[in-house]
Amino acid sequence: MKDVKVLGPGCKRCETMVQIVKDAAAQAGVDVTVTKVTDYAEIAGYGIASTPGIVVDGKVVHAGGPPKAEDLVRWITA
Amino acid sequence: MSAATQAKMVSAARPAAALGAVAAWAVLYSQLVPFSEWVVSLLPVERQSRLGEALAFFFYDAPKVLLLLTLVVFGMGIVRTWFSAERTRALLAGRREGVGNAMAAALGIVTPFCSCSAVPLFIGFVSAGVPLGVTFSFLIAAPMVNEVALGLLFALVGWRVALSYLAFGLMLAVVAGWVIGRLKLEAWLEPWVLRIHAGAADLPRTRPTLGERLVAGLDAVREIVGRVWYWVIGGIAAGALIHGYVPEDLLASIMGKEAWWSVPAAVIVGIPMYSNAAGIIPVVEALLGKGAALGTVLAFMMSVIALSLPEMIILRKVLSVKLIAVFVAVVGVGILAVGFLFNLLFA
Repeated sequence: MKDVKVLGPGCKRCETMVQIVKDAAAQAGVDVTVTKVTDYAEIAGYGIASTPGIVVDGKVVHAGGPPKAEDLVRWITA
Repeated sequence: MSAATQAKMVSAARPAAALGAVAAWAVLYSQLVPFSEWVVSLLPVERQSRLGEALAFFFYDAPKVLLLLTLVVFGMGIVRTWFSAERTRALLAGRREGVGNAMAAALGIVTPFCSCSAVPLFIGFVSAGVPLGVTFSFLIAAPMVNEVALGLLFALVGWRVALSYLAFGLMLAVVAGWVIGRLKLEAWLEPWVLRIHAGAADLPRTRPTLGERLVAGLDAVREIVGRVWYWVIGGIAAGALIHGYVPEDLLASIMGKEAWWSVPAAVIVGIPMYSNAAGIIPVVEALLGKGAALGTVLAFMMSVIALSLPEMIILRKVLSVKLIAVFVAVVGVGILAVGFLFNLLFA
């Protein structure tokens, strides 16, 4: 079970990111729990400077803009 | 279609498609006047009437501005693939003030930035060791000096004004950020911001291919032009009405060069207003045609874009009210100076 966090204050781009992560996980056949982190202090704690950010099992893998689909699959299957 | 297949298709058909697109763009751009005259001739209006004037103006300006905007946004979308907020932060962290402010302002133009990530960016910069004043230089330049504002100014008012706006906008961001840095206001941040010492996350570096950069340019067009086109249309419609119906030189007495007080008035009126550069510049252009002074309308425009109530409400989460007041005062004074300077330079 992979633990994925989507970091973002809650604008539209971050909302869609949650769905993109879930879709990628379903496609790759990986079991994931996706949580949204909207608290500014908590987001800042991950050391990113742009949103949406993606954290897989506690490690930041992406920040800012939509990630590539194949990268996303690579991160959640790694 | 996934981004990967999209990228493959773009790279396969790239040279032909790019050439075709540029040719189509050039043909469209060269036909703007005949197009507008043709559209107006189809309508049941007298060409020489006020309504006819306004309509001809609208059907010339709207496609022209949208075409230029598409090109500029596409170009900037590609340029931005070389930059990221995290990389900009790494370049600015621990940088001396002065040089740091200048770099931050310049990077503010090319770094991808969306207003909803202003707060994470602010905290991310400050907690990773970017000086407060340098961070402000970035945050002032990023929304104010952008390709939408520059592209529209170029399309509607001319390259000299567009270049001057670029130069003075950067100068304003550098000086205002430097002043805020000198004031040493770190203690006026919200206390929880100062407690964050996350440093910078170690992100894997990616290098997009040329095809991916082109796709990013197209995405920028879809996202930005898709978001601002109705502002452009609305702004140009308002501009066309001013163009057709407001008498010549009506504004000369209230917004002209002689009326020095119109510059501060324009700044004060502009602060609570919130509009997109795309909506405000066509109006600016029409006001200029009716005798308003350039510095006055530019001060109005900068004030509307750089100092907005929604932005302050967002920043209130990380800045104390005192610090926001200093920010507004410093930037406001800077805009005033730019307004007066423009009125002197463009006589």
